[in-house]
Amino acid sequence: MIEMLHVRMKRLLRRVLTRPRIDLPLAAGLLLLAVAGLCTLYSAAAGDGGTTSGQVVGQAMRFVLGFVLMLLISRIPPSVLRNWTPWLYAGSTLLLVVVSVLGEGRGADRWLNLGVMRFQPSELAKLTMPMMVAWYLHPRQLPPRWKDIAMVGVLIAVPAYLIGKQPDLGTALLVAAAGSFALFLSGMAWWRIGLLLAAAAGMAPVAWHFMHGYQRGRILTMLNPESDPLGNGWHIIQSQIAVGSGGAFGKGWMHSSQAQLDFLPEHTTDFIFAVFSEEFGLLGVCLMMVLYAFIIGRCLWIAMEARETYSRLLAGAIGMSLFVYVFVNGGMVSGMLPVVGVPMPMVSYGGTSAVTLLVGFGMLMSIHAHRKRHD
Amino acid sequence: MKLRRAIKDSRSELELFRRRALAGFALILLGLAGLVVRYATLQVSRYDEFAARSENNRVKPIAIPPARGLIFDRNGVLLANNVPAFRLEVVPEQVTDMQAMLERLGQVIPLGQDDLDAFRKQLKQSRRFESVPLKMRLSEDEIDRFAVNRWRFPGVDVVPYQNRRYPLGELFAHVIGYVARIDADDLDRLDPASYKGTTHVGRIGVERSYEDMLHGTPGYELVEVNADGRTQRVLQTHPAIAGKNIYLSIDARIQKAAEQALAGQVGSAVAIDPRNGQVLAMVSVPSFDPNLFVDGISQVDYRSLNTAPDKPLLNRALRGVYPPGSTVKPFLALGGLELGLRTPADSVLSTGTFCVPGTTFCRRDDRRGGFGTVNLRMAIMWSVNTYFYKLALDMGIDRYDDWMSRFGFGQPSGIDLNGESSGILPSRAWKTRRYKTPWFPGETIIAGIGQGYWTVTPMQLAHALSILAGHGVPYAPRLVMATQTDVDAPKQPLPNPPSGPSVIKSPADWQAVVDGMQMVVNDPRGTGYGLGKGFPYTIAGKSGTAEIYSRHTDAYNENTNLAYLASRHRAWFEMFAPAEEPRIAVVVSLENGAWGASSAGPIARKILDAWLATQPDAPPDTPLQPGSLSSPDVVSRAPPNAPASGASAPDAATDATPDAPQDEPANASSQENPP
Repeated sequence: MIEMLHVRMKRLLRRVLTRPRIDLPLAAGLLLLAVAGLCTLYSAAAGDGGTTSGQVVGQAMRFVLGFVLMLLISRIPPSVLRNWTPWLYAGSTLLLVVVSVLGEGRGADRWLNLGVMRFQPSELAKLTMPMMVAWYLHPRQLPPRWKDIAMVGVLIAVPAYLIGKQPDLGTALLVAAAGSFALFLSGMAWWRIGLLLAAAAGMAPVAWHFMHGYQRGRILTMLNPESDPLGNGWHIIQSQIAVGSGGAFGKGWMHSSQAQLDFLPEHTTDFIFAVFSEEFGLLGVCLMMVLYAFIIGRCLWIAMEARETYSRLLAGAIGMSLFVYVFVNGGMVSGMLPVVGVPMPMVSYGGTSAVTLLVGFGMLMSIHAHRKRHD
Repeated sequence: MKLRRAIKDSRSELELFRRRALAGFALILLGLAGLVVRYATLQVSRYDEFAARSENNRVKPIAIPPARGLIFDRNGVLLANNVPAFRLEVVPEQVTDMQAMLERLGQVIPLGQDDLDAFRKQLKQSRRFESVPLKMRLSEDEIDRFAVNRWRFPGVDVVPYQNRRYPLGELFAHVIGYVARIDADDLDRLDPASYKGTTHVGRIGVERSYEDMLHGTPGYELVEVNADGRTQRVLQTHPAIAGKNIYLSIDARIQKAAEQALAGQVGSAVAIDPRNGQVLAMVSVPSFDPNLFVDGISQVDYRSLNTAPDKPLLNRALRGVYPPGSTVKPFLALGGLELGLRTPADSVLSTGTFCVPGTTFCRRDDRRGGFGTVNLRMAIMWSVNTYFYKLALDMGIDRYDDWMSRFGFGQPSGIDLNGESSGILPSRAWKTRRYKTPWFPGETIIAGIGQGYWTVTPMQLAHALSILAGHGVPYAPRLVMATQTDVDAPKQPLPNPPSGPSVIKSPADWQAVVDGMQMVVNDPRGTGYGLGKGFPYTIAGKSGTAEIYSRHTDAYNENTNLAYLASRHRAWFEMFAPAEEPRIAVVVSLENGAWGASSAGPIARKILDAWLATQPDAPPDTPLQPGSLSSPDVVSRAPPNAPASGASAPDAATDATPDAPQDEPANASSQENPP
C-alpha cells in the first residue's frame, strides 16, 4: 500500500518535472509580475533598516512555494477538482465557523493556529468559492433563473458574511466577487444583474448601519483625509503625495523619498503600489496595468477554450477576480476608494495571498492542459 | 430565444460563455483604464502640486498624550496624582546591534533583569520605527550620566513623561487599583487612535472602571523633521484634553480608621450611606502598595505578594465569598412579616432542638435546653436558630429565594468596579444546575441561618444591609460621586437614582426588625451588648459567626479558646445608625474571628466612631441611649469590651457559660457544605 503510494508519488513528481503542464504565456506573465514585485519590495523595504534582505528572501520563498504548488495542482484533472468541490467548500466554511468561535489574532480574529503554522481559512475560501458556484451551476440549465441565482446567493453570502464579521472586509469582498463572477459568466441575464445591482444600491444605507465604527470612519476619512491627521487620513495623504510626485516617468528605482523617509506607513504591504508609482511614474503604472490585463485576458482565453461548463466558469472567475485585487488596491492607494485590506497581487509583501493566487493559477493550467478532452 | 431549452445545450452554453467572457474582459479593461486615468490625474495633471508637497514633506504629526485625571476623596484629599519623571526610550530601527547596545548601556545606567524582560517583550510587539520604553523613573544621576554618553547610543533617548503615584499607597489599593504599562491584551481592546503616545492604562479598581473618564483625549503637534527624521522645530500644536478628575464618595478619615481597626486581621469592611448608595469606606486587609505595579512589578515583589498566605492582592470586600451565617436573620424576619407568615408577637418555643416534621433531620439551638418562648424581636436579639429554622421552613425555598434576591443576594451589587463576585443564593434551580439533585427541606432550614450553600461577599451584605437600613429603597453602591474637568472647575455630581422601588411595604414591619436589631446591641441579653455604649445615636446591628469546617456531629463545642475558635470561624458584624433614620451601614468580615459580636463588632463600632467625627451635626456625646426594650441596669453587666478597649476583648456573652446566648455557628454536615 505504502509502496504503491510511493511509486505513484514518484511517477507524479517525474511527470511534473519532465512534462510540466504549464501554459507558457500565463507562466511568463506571472514570472514577470513576481520579478517586478520583488524589485519593488527591495526598494520599499530599504528604509526599514536591517531587515530588507530578510523581507525579500521571505517573499521569494513564498513565490517558490507558490510556483511549486501551482505545478503540482496543474496535474490534477478538472474532473477531480470538480468532484472534490463540495467537500472543499464545506470544509473551508466549517473552518471559518471555527475561526469565528475560537479564532485568535490581533484585533481581527482571522487566524487559526495549527500548532506549527498559523493559517487563514478565508484565503482558502477565495478558491473554494468560485469552485462551488461553478460546481452548483454546471449541471443546471443556463442561463440561470431566479431559483438558482438565489441558491448561489446563499452559497456566496455564508462565507462572505463569516469573513466580513472577523472583520476582514477586503477578503470578504474578494470572496464574494469571485463567486459573483462565476454567476456572471454563466450567462445570468443582464436585466437580472441590473435589478440586483439596483437592489444592492438601495441596501447601502442598511449596510452603513451595520458597519463597524472604524469601517465607517475609513469611508468618511477617504472623503476628507485632513479630518484624521493621525490615522488613516495620514495614510491617504502620504500615499497620494507619493503617487503624484512620481510624475510621468518616476523618480527611479530606489528613489522613493516618501517610503525611505518613513512618511508612508504600510509601505511594504497594502501601500506598496504607492512606492512603485513614485519610482516608476505613470509609465510604470501603465506597464503594470498592461501586464495585469494580459494575465486576466489569458485566463479568460483558457476559460473559453475549456470544453465543459465547470472548468469554464472556474477559470473565468479566477481570472476576473484578479481584477478586483488590482482595482481595489490601486484605487485605495490613489485615494479613490476607502482603505481596505486588499493586497496588490504578487507585489504586496507578506501573507499567504500570493500562494493562494498561484494555487488558483495551477487550476487554470490544469484546465488548459485538459482542454482537448471530453469528460 | 424566448423558448427555454429543456435539456442542456452545450453548444449554445459555450456561445453564451464566450459572449460573457468578452463582455467581462471589456469591463475589466474599462476599469483598468479608469485606474490609469486616476493615476494620470495625480501624476500628470496635479504633478506640480504633489512634487512640491513631496519636496516640502518634512512635517510629521506627533501625538501628545493627555494628562490622566486625578483622584480625590470626598473632601478633596489627593489619592492619585501625576508626577513628572523621565524614562529611557529606544527606537529599534536606529540600533544596529541591540544586544551589544544594551550591554554597553548597562555600564552607564544599571538595567535590571525586569527592565530588560519587559523591554524585549514589548520590542516584539511594536513596530521598528516606534520607540519602546526601556527604563522608567530615571534618577537625576542616571539622567546626567546618560547625557554625557548620549553620542554613543544613537536611537536611545531620555523622554519626559507623567508618572502615576498613589500617595496613600496601601490604604486605597483595593479601591483605586492602579495603572500599568499597556500590554498586548490591552492593545487589542483599546482604540489605537486615542492611546497614541500613552504608555499606561488603568488595570484594576477605579483606575480601570473609570478609564474612559480618566484617560482624556490626545492632541498632536506638527513637527518639521530633517532628512534623518529628527525633529527640527514644532510648527503647530493641538493640545491634548486632560482626563477628568474624579471624586470618590469615600472619606479618607473613615477609610483610615477602618484600616487601623482591622490592622493585624485578615478581613474587610464596607460602609455605605443607605440614603444614596455612596460607599464611605471599603477596606480589605492585608493590602499592598499599588505604586509597585505602575512601572511593572519586579518578579521578586510579585511572587512574594502572590504567594503570601494572607493573599494581599485579593480584594476581600469584592471577591471574598463567605457563608453569611446569622447576619441574614433580620432579612428573613422581615420576609416573614412582609409575606404575612408572622406577626411581631407570634412566638415559637425553643427547646434546644428543631426537627423537620415527619423526619429525623434535626438541628439544635445555640443554648442547651433552648431559649424558651421567643417572639420576633427576641429571636433577633438572641439569634435563636429554632425561630428561623421554622420560619424558613414555613416560607419554603422558593419564596425564600425570591425574597432574598430582592436585597441583592446572589447577584453582583452593581458597584462601579470590575470583577465583583456574585456569591451564591441557593435555590432549587441552582441546586439542579450545580449538583443535579433535588432540593431537600433540611437544606431550607440551614439556609434559614445563613449556612449551607449560601455565600455572600462583604460588599453584597453591605449592599443588602443598606437596602434594609434605607427603608427598603435599593441603590447600587457607588465609589465615585463627582467628576471635574479641571481642579478649579465646579464638580459635576454623578447621579445615582434608586435601582428600583422600595422592597418593604409596611413601615411597621421594618420597625419591628430594627427594634430587634438594636436590642442586639443595646439589650443586656443581646449578642452584641455593649457595642452601642457611648454613642450618641441608637445603633442597630446583628452578629454572625459561620463555620469554616463542616461539622460531623451535633455536639456542643466546649472549647472556648479564642485562638482555636478564630481558626475555625468567620466572624461578621453588620451595624447601622442612627437606628431611626439610618445614615451609615457598616459590614465587617473577618476570615479568622472567634465570634461575630466580640471580634468583628468592636471594629464596626470604631468605623461608626470615625464616621461620627466627620459629621458636622453630631449631637454631644451622650451616654448610651436606652432602646425601647433594653434594661436600664446596663452598668451592672458592663462588659470589659467597651468599644475603645480593643478588638480582641471578649464580650459579655463570651465570658459567660457555654449555655449563655452565644451566637454559635450553625452546624452543617459535610455533604451539605459544598467545598
